[in-house]
Amino acid sequence: MNIDTRKRELVKELSPMLEKSSLLSKIWIISLISIILVGLYAFILQLSNGHEVTGMRDNVVWGIYIVNFIFFVCLSYSGAFIAGVLHFFETPLKNSIARIVEITTVLSLIIGPVFILLCIGRLDRLYYLFLYPRIQSPISWDIIAILTDLIGCFVYLYLTFIPDLAILRDASKENAEVPKWRKKMYKFLAIGYQDTPTQHERLHKIIRIMSVMIIAMAIVAYSVLAWIFSLTVQPGWNSSIFAPYFIISGLYSGIAVIIIAMYIIRKFYKLEKYITKIHFFAGGVILLIFSLLYGYFTFSEYFSRWFSHKKHDVDLLNTLFSRYFWQFIFANYFGILMPIAILFFKKLRTVKLVTIAAIISVLGIWLNKYLIVVPTLETPYLPIQDTRAEFVHYSATWVEYSLSLTGIAAFCLFFTLILKFVPAIPMSGIIDLEKRKQLKRKKDNQLATEL
Amino acid sequence: MKKNKTEEGGTDRRKFLKLGLMTSLTAIAGASIVTNLAAQEEEKEPSGEVIRLLTPEGKIVEVNASNINKYPEALITPAESRIGIPDRKFVMVIDLAKCKNARKCVEECQKAHKLDDHQEFIKIQLIQNHEEGEPYWFPKPCFHCDEPPCVIVCPTGATFKRDDGIVLVDNTRCIGCKFCVTSCPYSARQFNWGHKEKFDDKSQPYSPETGVPAAEGTVMKCDFCPDLLRQGELPHCAKACPMGVIYFGDKNEDIVTNGEETVRFSQLINDRGGYRHLEHLGTKPNVYYLPAVNRQFPLERGFNIDEEIVERYKDVPYVQELKKQGKI
Repeated sequence: MNIDTRKRELVKELSPMLEKSSLLSKIWIISLISIILVGLYAFILQLSNGHEVTGMRDNVVWGIYIVNFIFFVCLSYSGAFIAGVLHFFETPLKNSIARIVEITTVLSLIIGPVFILLCIGRLDRLYYLFLYPRIQSPISWDIIAILTDLIGCFVYLYLTFIPDLAILRDASKENAEVPKWRKKMYKFLAIGYQDTPTQHERLHKIIRIMSVMIIAMAIVAYSVLAWIFSLTVQPGWNSSIFAPYFIISGLYSGIAVIIIAMYIIRKFYKLEKYITKIHFFAGGVILLIFSLLYGYFTFSEYFSRWFSHKKHDVDLLNTLFSRYFWQFIFANYFGILMPIAILFFKKLRTVKLVTIAAIISVLGIWLNKYLIVVPTLETPYLPIQDTRAEFVHYSATWVEYSLSLTGIAAFCLFFTLILKFVPAIPMSGIIDLEKRKQLKRKKDNQLATEL
Repeated sequence: MKKNKTEEGGTDRRKFLKLGLMTSLTAIAGASIVTNLAAQEEEKEPSGEVIRLLTPEGKIVEVNASNINKYPEALITPAESRIGIPDRKFVMVIDLAKCKNARKCVEECQKAHKLDDHQEFIKIQLIQNHEEGEPYWFPKPCFHCDEPPCVIVCPTGATFKRDDGIVLVDNTRCIGCKFCVTSCPYSARQFNWGHKEKFDDKSQPYSPETGVPAAEGTVMKCDFCPDLLRQGELPHCAKACPMGVIYFGDKNEDIVTNGEETVRFSQLINDRGGYRHLEHLGTKPNVYYLPAVNRQFPLERGFNIDEEIVERYKDVPYVQELKKQGKI
C-alpha cells in the first residue's frame, strides 16, 4: 500500500466533513449562537446588577455555577487522562476517537474556569489574584493547577494535530477549492512536518512523554479541585476520600460525555466505518467499570456519615432525604444503578443503549455535584435562623440556568467549528493503524512460508 | 494608628461629654481596660480656646481645645488597619443566662455599620443543646478565631488576622470569591449581593475598622468595632445591651466589662464554666459563652418582638410547639 495515495484517499473521504454545511448544520449552529446570545444578555445583566440576579444568597453563596465549574473541569481532566492513557498504551481504539477526546479536553478546560469567574463578585479586581497572591489558599493552588493543565493540554493537542495538518497541507496544495487562508493556516501550523521516519519517531516520542505528564497533571488538578471543598470543616465536604472520589466521578462523566460525542459525530458525519460498534462496546465496558467504582465511592462516603451519625452529618442527611429526596434518589441510585444494569449484560451493550447509559450517568453526576455543594451550604453548623426567608434555601434563577446552557452551547459550537477545520478522525492515526496491520500481516506471511 | 486627622475648629458640649464619658468609663473599670488613647496628643498651636475635662483621678483640668483629638474622624487606612492596636488581645464573653432576645445589640450594630434591617453582623440564634434541655437565646457575632478558617483560604489576603486578635475584611482588596463565607463554620460572614445607594456615600472615607461604606460584590462581617476600641469605648453591641449580656475586654490585662461591672476574665470564665462554641473544630474562637443557667428571663419573653422577626425562628421545633400551644 502506498502511504501517499492512502493519505489522499483519506482526505478525499473525510474532507466533505470540512466543506459540508448542510441545512441541519446551519440550524444547529444558529440555535447554538442564539442560546449564547441569551446567555450574553444574562451575563451583562449580572455584571450590571450584581449577583442579586442570581439565586445565591448569604447561606448558599455557591450555586450551579460552581457545579458547572466542577463538572467541566472534571470533564477536561478526565479527557486529558483518557487521551494520555490511550496514547501511552497505544490502544488500537485510540486511532479513531483520540481527536474527540482531545477536543473535549481542551474545550471543557476553557469553559470550566469561566464558570468560576461568574461566581466572583468583583471581576474588575481579578488581577488581585496575581497582585496580592497568597499561596496558602487552595484557590491559588487551583489557579496554578488549571493554568498548568491548560498549557499542557494545548501543547499536547497541538502535537497530536501536527501529522494531520501536514496531510491536509499536502492535499490542499493542488485543490483549488480550498480557500487561500486555509492553505496558509495549514502550512503555518504544520511547522514543516514531512512525515520522515526521524520526524515521525521524534514526534511520537514527544507525544508519549506528554501523555504521561498529562496523566500526572490531571491527577494533581483533580485533587486540588476536590480540596477546595474537603479542606474546609463543613460537614458534607470535610472528607478524606474527596480527592479520589472526584477523580473517579470525573473519569466516569468524562467517558460518558465522550460516548455521547462519539454517537452524535458518528451519526451526523456518517462515520460508521471508523467509529465502530466495538468502540461503543469497549466504551460501555469502561463506563461499567467506572460506574461500579463511582457507586462504591458514593456508597462509602454516605454510608460512613450515616453509620457514625455525628450530629451535623445527620443534619445534612436529613436535608438530603427530605428536601432533596428525589434528586438524591435520581443522582445516587438511578444515576448509578441504571447504567450498571444496562451495561452489565453483554447483549445490551449496543450503540444506542450504551449512549443512553452515558446520558443517564452525565445527568446523575451533575446532580450528584449539586447535592455535594448546595445542601451542605444549606445545613451549616449553626442552624440557619434569624435571617430573611429568601436567604434560607437556594433555587437557581433564569440567569444562572441561561449561563449554564451557554456553557454547554459554547462547548458544542466550538466542537462543531473545530471539526470544520480538521476531521473528527485523526487521519495519521488511521494510517498508523493500517501500517501496523500490514506489518503484522507481512510477519505472519513470513512465518507461514518459513514453516 | 497614630494618624490622627485633627482639625482646627470649635468645640461643643457633646464632644466634652463624650470625653468625660470615656474617662468615667475608664475610672469605673478601675484598671485602664482600654488605654486612654487620647494621651497621644500632638503638640499644636494653642487656638486660645480652653476646655475643662475630668481626669480619671477626679480632678478637673483645663486643656487647650486644639489638643483634643477628634477620634471619630480619625481615619485608619486599610494598610494601617492590618497592624492592630498594640499589646491588646481582645476577647468577648457572652452571658447566656441574661439574654432575652431584646435585639438591641443587633439594631445598634446595624445602625453603626449602616446595615439594612435584614443584615446582621450579630445574629440571635435559638439553640437547644439536646432534647431534654430547654432552648436558649444565643447571640452570635464573629468569633474572631485565633485559627481563622476564613483567613487561611482567602486568595488575596483581603481578610486578615491582626496582632490584637481581631479578624477584619478589607473590602478594597476583596475579589468576592466567597470562599471565606463557605469555610466559616459559624456562618458569620455576609456578602453584598447588589449595588445600594449607600455604597456611594463617600462622606465617610472607607476604613476596614468601620466597614463603612460597604462595597458591592465584597464580603463583610462583625469587626469588634476597632474604631470604638481605639477611643476606649466598648463595641456597639456591648454598649447597647440593656441586660449587660455582652462583656468585652482585653485578655492581656485579664479584664472584661459590660459597661456596668468589670470583672477578671479568667475568674469569670472559671467560676461560671465559660466555654467556646464548637470547640472541637479547633478554630480557637475569642468569643466565650457563659452557660444559660439560673436564667433571668423565661424564653418566651424573647418573642415580644416584631412578627417578622418571630417568623425567622419558625423552623425551630420548639417554636413550632409554642405556636401550637398558642403561646406566641
